[in-house]
Amino acid sequence: MDLSAINPVLLIASLMVAATPILLAAIGELVVEKAGVLNLGVEGMMIVGAISGFAISVETGSPWLGFLAAAIGGAVLSLLFVLLTQVALANQVASGLALTLFGLGFSSLMGQGYVGVKPPQMDKLNIPVLTDLPVIGPILFGHDPVLYLGIALTAAVWAMLKYTRMGLVLRAVGENHDAAHALGYKVVRIRIMAIMFGGACAGLGGAYISLIRVPQWTEGMTAGVGWIALALVVFASWKPWRALLGAYLFGGVTVVQLNLQAAGVAIPVEYLAMSPYLITILVLVILSADKSRAPASLGRIFHATH
Amino acid sequence: MKLTSLLATAALGLGLATAAVAEDKTKVGFVYVGPVGDGGWTYEHNKGRLAVEKEFGDKVETVFVENVAEGPDSERVMTQMALDGADLIFTTSFGYMDPTINVAKKFPNVKFEHATGYKQADNVSVYSARFYEGRAVQGTIAGRMTKSNIVGYIGSFPIPEVVRGINSAYIHAKKVNPDVQFKIIWAFTWFDPAKEADAAKVLIEQGADVILQHTDSTAPQAAAQAAGNVITFGQASDMSEYGPMPRVSSIIDDWAPYYIARTAAVMDGSWTSTSTWDGIGAGMVGIGEISDAVPADVKKEALALKAALADGSYHAFTGPITKQDGSAWLGDGETADDGTLAGMNFYVEGIEGDIPQ
Repeated sequence: MDLSAINPVLLIASLMVAATPILLAAIGELVVEKAGVLNLGVEGMMIVGAISGFAISVETGSPWLGFLAAAIGGAVLSLLFVLLTQVALANQVASGLALTLFGLGFSSLMGQGYVGVKPPQMDKLNIPVLTDLPVIGPILFGHDPVLYLGIALTAAVWAMLKYTRMGLVLRAVGENHDAAHALGYKVVRIRIMAIMFGGACAGLGGAYISLIRVPQWTEGMTAGVGWIALALVVFASWKPWRALLGAYLFGGVTVVQLNLQAAGVAIPVEYLAMSPYLITILVLVILSADKSRAPASLGRIFHATH
Repeated sequence: MKLTSLLATAALGLGLATAAVAEDKTKVGFVYVGPVGDGGWTYEHNKGRLAVEKEFGDKVETVFVENVAEGPDSERVMTQMALDGADLIFTTSFGYMDPTINVAKKFPNVKFEHATGYKQADNVSVYSARFYEGRAVQGTIAGRMTKSNIVGYIGSFPIPEVVRGINSAYIHAKKVNPDVQFKIIWAFTWFDPAKEADAAKVLIEQGADVILQHTDSTAPQAAAQAAGNVITFGQASDMSEYGPMPRVSSIIDDWAPYYIARTAAVMDGSWTSTSTWDGIGAGMVGIGEISDAVPADVKKEALALKAALADGSYHAFTGPITKQDGSAWLGDGETADDGTLAGMNFYVEGIEGDIPQ
């Protein structure tokens, strides 16, 4: 065993990177569910975002345009879900699952020409003095900009839900769509916007994997991150900061367990491998003891004349 | 009475006709653990499938299902393939072993071929490649090339095939560099690019400047490339798009000749249950082009080892070798028997850590 081989600064820096795709997708899905829609297509939207972002950044040479394309790609795919659930009033669970399956297949079709291609790199933040500070430099000021975007987005969604009229309306739609409709709010329109926001966020999360975390395109490369994000929203009791905590915890324990393995710590590997799931669930379940509950209209189909 | 027998004859005739149509084309099924575009393991199996199609043209029809989880779900996929009229089914991952045996019992007329396992039946053959021979070549290059003397190894599942690879690479790295140390991470997945990349990054952060992988995607190659002075080896496929740095060489699985031979055997009725385990000599394991990032003398040494493994003058597990717990395994000049290798569940002396049980 050689714990000194683990560099805590690098560890924290890399856990933030590992957590960001989950965080981005979870924040998007949180808004969707707050509006009363259950979209199980996160994984599909992520992977479509991953390839859209990858393809565009390779073609244009700009990672920024890539992330923009990823957000658009995810949002466009979510329009399919909108069509099924908001227009055709199909079952949300089935539509979401279909979206995931479709996204996985469609992304491998889109990605045919991009296997083995290297994407342009996104520059990391470099603030003179601050980035060079020992310890806090690499942790707080040495990342790529999208990682900060994830944190900023969490704060923005939290503030939006808590303090703004828009947030109040969104929550009203999610809690009781009939009442919201009676008050004159456009339930379907609000839900469509929320779903597209969720799609854009999932797309960003996917592109974060294909452009920064790995960085390459491989079929099926999200490998279940979307499902983890979905679970995280529930365990975080639909609260943005808890989703952030959960994502960092999950990413953190994942990276820590790999570090412990490499350092040869004498804990059976099976326990280390399951620890991210176990610890994240445990902490968030304890936190959710305050009886936060799901939006009341979650997953229910809305039609104005029913 | 007359009508009934007429109908029966007609039905029989119809049955024979459909059977005759079905016999026209030999249907070959493939079950894949990852996507065909993984650039590694499944990619090479799919190349083998395409080679079968090319070889036999209209006489053969191939089907495949990708991303099939190991375990019970794979049983469903195999059953469906058999029901759809497959004559020969290749199940291409270790975790399909018991499902293959189970499904084979239900379809005695369908031939099954399970890769990298050890359970045979009347209609189940097993086949694998001696990847550990390729690992010996990798270990030699790794031992010579490392400056930090730390070699990172990303394992998938703690099964004999993976353990064999670790031991073979370690023995040969140690032989050329007595100070070498292996850091091993078990990813518990065959394919998860993000996790594989994380594992590679962690190993690099902990000082490894050589990364060996036994997982299927090219993600560790990308991570090594981003880190700079780290070398890697293509796994299962050449992964030459990452050469000349970080990928300095590779182990290539070439399944095409085997798949063609077995399909031909089903066609002419000579198929029997066999156990095949071929290495560099038979061409099932290929060593990818050693890039210019490797100094000429190291390259020469690696190629000499490859030649010795190929003509059988040298066995990758030649004694004296001691087990990790200090007990003797192979005496001086003694070579390992296939039975021990097939079930290898111990590290050799010098490797730190335990194999997850």
